[in-house]
Amino acid sequence: MIRDITIGQYYPANSIIHRLDPRVKLMGTLVFIITVFMIQDMMEFILATAALGICIWLSKVPLRYMLKGLKVIFIILIFTVLLNILLTPGRELFHFYFIRVTWEGIVLAAKTTMRLIYLIVGSTIMTLTTTPNHLTDGLEKALSPLKKIHFPVHELSMTMSIALRFIPILLEETDKIMKAQQARCADFESGNLIRRVKSLIPVLVPLFISAIRRANDLAMAMEARCYHGGAGRTKMKPLIYERRDKAGYFIIFAYLALWIVLKFVL
Amino acid sequence: MSIKIEHVNYIYSPDNAFRKQALKDVSLEIKDGEFIGLIGHTGSGKSTLIQHLNGLVRATDGKIYYNGENIYQEGYSMTKLRSHVGLVFQYPEHQLFEMTVLKDVCFGPKNLGLDEAVCQERAKKALSIVGIKEKDYEKSPFELSGGQKRRVAIAGVLAMEPEVLILDEPTAGLDPKGRNDILDQIAKLHKEMGITVILVSHSMEDVAKYVDRIIAMNRGSVYMDGTPAEVFERYTELEKIGLAAPQVTYFMHGLQEYFPDISVKATTVEEAKKAICDYFREGADR
Amino acid sequence: MGIIKAVKLIYEYVSKDEHGDVESVTQAIQGVDLDIQAGQFIAILGHNGSGKSTLAKQMNALLVPTGGTLTVKGMDTSDEKNVWKIRQTAGMVFQNPDNQIIGTIVEEDVGFGPENLGVPTKEIWNRVYDSLGRVGMMEYCNHSPNKLSGGQKQRVAIAGTMAMKPECIVLDEPTAMLDPNGRKEVIATVRELNRQEGVTVILITHYMDEAILADQVYVMDEGKIVLSGTPRTVFSQVEQLKQLRLDVPQVTELAYELKKEGFALPDGILTAEELEKALVACKDQGFRLKNGTGEMETCQ
Repeated sequence: MIRDITIGQYYPANSIIHRLDPRVKLMGTLVFIITVFMIQDMMEFILATAALGICIWLSKVPLRYMLKGLKVIFIILIFTVLLNILLTPGRELFHFYFIRVTWEGIVLAAKTTMRLIYLIVGSTIMTLTTTPNHLTDGLEKALSPLKKIHFPVHELSMTMSIALRFIPILLEETDKIMKAQQARCADFESGNLIRRVKSLIPVLVPLFISAIRRANDLAMAMEARCYHGGAGRTKMKPLIYERRDKAGYFIIFAYLALWIVLKFVL
Repeated sequence: MSIKIEHVNYIYSPDNAFRKQALKDVSLEIKDGEFIGLIGHTGSGKSTLIQHLNGLVRATDGKIYYNGENIYQEGYSMTKLRSHVGLVFQYPEHQLFEMTVLKDVCFGPKNLGLDEAVCQERAKKALSIVGIKEKDYEKSPFELSGGQKRRVAIAGVLAMEPEVLILDEPTAGLDPKGRNDILDQIAKLHKEMGITVILVSHSMEDVAKYVDRIIAMNRGSVYMDGTPAEVFERYTELEKIGLAAPQVTYFMHGLQEYFPDISVKATTVEEAKKAICDYFREGADR
Repeated sequence: MGIIKAVKLIYEYVSKDEHGDVESVTQAIQGVDLDIQAGQFIAILGHNGSGKSTLAKQMNALLVPTGGTLTVKGMDTSDEKNVWKIRQTAGMVFQNPDNQIIGTIVEEDVGFGPENLGVPTKEIWNRVYDSLGRVGMMEYCNHSPNKLSGGQKQRVAIAGTMAMKPECIVLDEPTAMLDPNGRKEVIATVRELNRQEGVTVILITHYMDEAILADQVYVMDEGKIVLSGTPRTVFSQVEQLKQLRLDVPQVTELAYELKKEGFALPDGILTAEELEKALVACKDQGFRLKNGTGEMETCQ
């Protein structure tokens, strides 16, 4: 299952979404998430779906690949659905012993699930079409006003970008260590919760040690390549707005405006 | 007493874009007491194959028999299989986790449900086989040198007293002496305790020196299977799949141009030396 | 004046207990003298723990001497203000291919060094493409490093240092984690850089066959240089190399063994052609091995 995490993985393709300035994508994702959380009626839902659909289509990332990311939150989804269905009071549809299923519960569950899915897919589009470096560059630039209050914007974005680079490596390593311990007859699947958690120690200890070793090596490799913080650093891919980025902002605000009209005027 | 692999196929992520056939119709028989070298280009399927032998990876189809029993039949105990077929991964020292060397080596036997005293006894035996001294038993495994760590990790598998020992590049990253020490110990295990050994290696020199039989893999299939002399004789075919013969084999073939009737079968320095000595010996038939 | 010069270089690791008191002192480097000329291809050999990696890190000012001096192009590594200039002059490639690639795309990684040096954007791109071309990785510029083979990753790392326009590259066991094909790739790339661009190469390794092509070989043991010279002089010391936990290429060992049997062979044979020639000479001279020598105990 850990191989299914798509958040934070870049999907190389040549699309308009890939080429957009990361700041535009950040803004777009933010606007999209806010609107998704405020969706109430069908028209708004259709608008959000259309926007999401168009972005997916434009991004040239296979839908299947994008939905793979949902597998990871499947448990959370099921949990939310159950909680919503079971705990929402309202018109009762049927009951089974002490379990009461209400119409309102089902509606709420559907809405919450939809929101969660849209949220994940929306942010996955951003991470799949933006290289982590580009993304952190965007964040760094977008947050740069905070530097004035001595907030370590550069350090933060560098840390993030490195973390993103090492996620797949550490996942693979976890898989390897688990197999190696299984080869020594370790059992990760049976027993009660406490036993299972304990059985993970032979995986977690080597994993931590390896992560620390890698961090050490990496720090040295960065120093060897003259890394000394953000000061005096130039950019290979500086962020400069182009026409398509301006168009991107325009479309985002058009979407937001349409949404406001739908929500508050109509 | 053997491992029998019948028409095994293995496909990664069969239902998405990353679909890849890692093993294609592999059939092999590994007899008791053999010392096998498994060679192949990176990505040829050798790592996948060895993980099938102790049940870490399950074949997409095909059958595997251990001592005549189908390992995929219902109720077959994977724990038992893994204790009989010990697998030492590449860089095994990266899997050490316990506070002391002795405890780490006990991990395997403990998982077999043996009681503390037996675990300790087996661990000590395994440690002495790989040449770790008693004064190091209570040390943290992380205090040891690279070569020692690797030997502790190998002892961790040996302590389960396997009948078959599979090692995936046990000498990667070691210096020449460390490499020879480990390989000598493995050869000793094979010779003295009769353990079946499967050695995965990129070093043709090492394979030629130690093993009796070589299995060469390419693109998920068995490409060659034979004695070192037989396999390395076909070095042009090996080169096609990104492999090579030991340096001396090439040397002997080159020598044939000047010494037409010299034996070119040599795959090790000793064999080459013998062939050349025999050629130059007084009274040898010229 | 050599590009890298060490005079009585000493480096001590001091381990302290939890109160900050000195527990033990390990001398990783004990008085090393080195003088490496610009444009040379140098190999430093030694078993694990012989101090060769510590020496490599000194050349990049990742570690500074605790005694003696080390200068890179005349700059003293102990002087803190030289650090960035030294690292730019003497680039470094490490053992583990995964742990030295910072970028998530090949081209971004190669650009990391120039970015840190404050090179203007346009020039960064020129350097990135130029370096990738030199290591033959141009077609992978848009790939994720995770999908590359070990040899390819190391070539990207080499391009990453090349993009900083160094005069010297120090490679700390760059092939230890690679398969034979990856090793060949990396060594060929390094050789090419040395010959075509005149970059000084310092290759640290324990694969003896990689050292055959070097101009000069140094062998380290317990923090000292115990053997040095051309590959031929060093590899003729078969017994001593074995004592130093090292090995020689198979052909060299074969020649050494045959010589012990009485074959009249020259010292330090490195290649198959040399041994072939020498054996043909033996035959032409009518050399015969006496019965009773080189038989049971040695020849089998």
